[in-house]
Amino acid sequence: MADPARPIIQIRNVSKRFGRVTAVDDVSLDINAGEFFVLLGPSGCGKTTLLRMIAGFELPSEGQILIDGQDMAGIPPNRRPVNMVFQSYAVFPHMRVADNVAYGLKIAGVKGGEARDRVAEALDLVKLGGFESRMPDQMSGGQRQRVALARSLVMRPKVLLLDEPLSALDAKLRAQMQFELSELQEKVGITFVTVTHDQDEALSMACRIAVINKGDVAQLATPSDLYEYPANRFVADFVGSVNIFEGKLSLDEPDRAAIDCTGLGKVYLNHGVTGPHGANVWVALRPEKIYLHVPGVGKAVKAAGEDAPEGHNFARGTIKGMRYLGDITLFDIELETGARIRVSRPNLSRRDQEDFTWGDKVSMHWRADSPVVLLG
Amino acid sequence: MARFARPSRAPLEYSRTLWMRLWVGAVMLFLYAPLIVLVIFSFNDSKRNVVWRGFTTRYYEKALGNDQLVEALFNSLTIAALATIVSLALGAVAAVMLWRFRFPLKGTVDGTISLPIIVPEICLGVAFLMFFARVGWPTDLVWPFNLGAITIAHITFCFPFVTMVVRSRLASFNREQEEAAKDLGASEWQMFRDVLIPHIRPALVAGALLSFTLSLDDFVITYFTSGPDTITFPVKVYSMVRFSVTPEVNAASTLLIVLTVILTFIALKLQGVKAIAETH
Repeated sequence: MADPARPIIQIRNVSKRFGRVTAVDDVSLDINAGEFFVLLGPSGCGKTTLLRMIAGFELPSEGQILIDGQDMAGIPPNRRPVNMVFQSYAVFPHMRVADNVAYGLKIAGVKGGEARDRVAEALDLVKLGGFESRMPDQMSGGQRQRVALARSLVMRPKVLLLDEPLSALDAKLRAQMQFELSELQEKVGITFVTVTHDQDEALSMACRIAVINKGDVAQLATPSDLYEYPANRFVADFVGSVNIFEGKLSLDEPDRAAIDCTGLGKVYLNHGVTGPHGANVWVALRPEKIYLHVPGVGKAVKAAGEDAPEGHNFARGTIKGMRYLGDITLFDIELETGARIRVSRPNLSRRDQEDFTWGDKVSMHWRADSPVVLLG
Repeated sequence: MARFARPSRAPLEYSRTLWMRLWVGAVMLFLYAPLIVLVIFSFNDSKRNVVWRGFTTRYYEKALGNDQLVEALFNSLTIAALATIVSLALGAVAAVMLWRFRFPLKGTVDGTISLPIIVPEICLGVAFLMFFARVGWPTDLVWPFNLGAITIAHITFCFPFVTMVVRSRLASFNREQEEAAKDLGASEWQMFRDVLIPHIRPALVAGALLSFTLSLDDFVITYFTSGPDTITFPVKVYSMVRFSVTPEVNAASTLLIVLTVILTFIALKLQGVKAIAETH
């Protein structure tokens, strides 16, 4: 792997407008050599446009894109040191697998034994050895994607761009390909830049993720930072599932803070938030960080008390909805204030799902380091 | 219980029902009976060709020995071949242009390009007659240049068909394949050669077949643009029929049918039937 801090792609103040629509709005970010970088965002957020600008299929309205230090302005897609795996894979249907993979080499003038060796090597990398003379219409979607991957990897690009690479695969295959793509990326050491709207995909594969919203970078962080320390409501809500409550900052000291939330009551934190006093803030609480208890036993109150001053980080409610997913169960709980909260609970033993059911009264508590305070 | 003994068929398997088979047979008969009669009577040993008087291949010899008829057939094949080649090039380029590029008056071009198909043939024929007379098109050129006027007229109504089939094929082209080719280093021209043309190949074959057959059997427009030295096969047959329908005409027509069937068969073989089916 190359020096991890060396940026291979530098995007500087890039904007892209289609008529009156701004698809990408003044984006600046660096992608490091050798990393698995993911552009994550809802459809229409501009992430694909950004990827296509790196590939050269769209030209920035403003700003500059540098690949390996070289300004890409005026350089057409066929002369950029990047290759792309398209969403539809775009495997050439009239060519055998080997000819598909060899196409870029043929154009580049690589011939004979070297071309054959490189094609064989690329097909081995994607586990398609022996498929050389197949036609694309004799292959499954997953196999065609591997052909597209091999066809790009054989060019030994500085950066491999992947546009929604797993969106057309079924769930099982998608999970398998997530592993394989990460493995492949480590093996070849090429920088991967992937576009996806699927947060699971992003979290499981990426070194770093840029969450894109309305043409702008909402947050750039590692997967765990993105999940545990979202920078704003958009990221908190888009990445994973979350309960968000609006509140006012009533206490803010270096080692503790409290927020009065409408619907949830006083939320206590064991760290400061350095926000303006009395300001409107939002509290984000992940469903899995809330513990469910049978009420009346006092366990919840006790657990909450160990963590936070009495009466804080504790709530009561009634189970209104339940979704059993096997490994976890999701609860939709109506609080005494009428607000709704989502709680997930791992089924640690085979009988755990019998503990709670519709209409049950429950108590909840959460740790003082679980809520995330969002200022925007 | 007898009902259950009948061979079972799936709900939509109509081709296995008797009435459907009868119906298909009737349609086939209706479509091909005239042709079958034509072929059978080409072997009729009778001058007037109204009643069957016995088998002979005499009229085939006669037709093949008829220098004017053979010359007309040869003219027709030459015109058809030339018109097909030019129509294919023009039509394919027009289709790709309309699909790929934006240019001034594109809408107008798009609208008028299929005009030669819509305009009644008789009008087109008269128009060509007047046009060639007006520009003083030379009529005394040596073969094959004397076929120029007819060939130009044929290209006019053939190339819109090529444009039509190629455009419908282009509509199914995945633009990501074009981008993939360029992404792998291909220039615009290399992308055309390696990706786009293979994609439209079935349409090119279909367009060529259409052009060839349209040109080969065109009568109306050809009638107006042909001179005494440039008789085509359909025009010649017409002039023969004006005197009497002899088995010789049947024999010549049968030869033409056999020729077209062979050509179509070769084209299908060359292309693979699957590729042709893909266009639809």
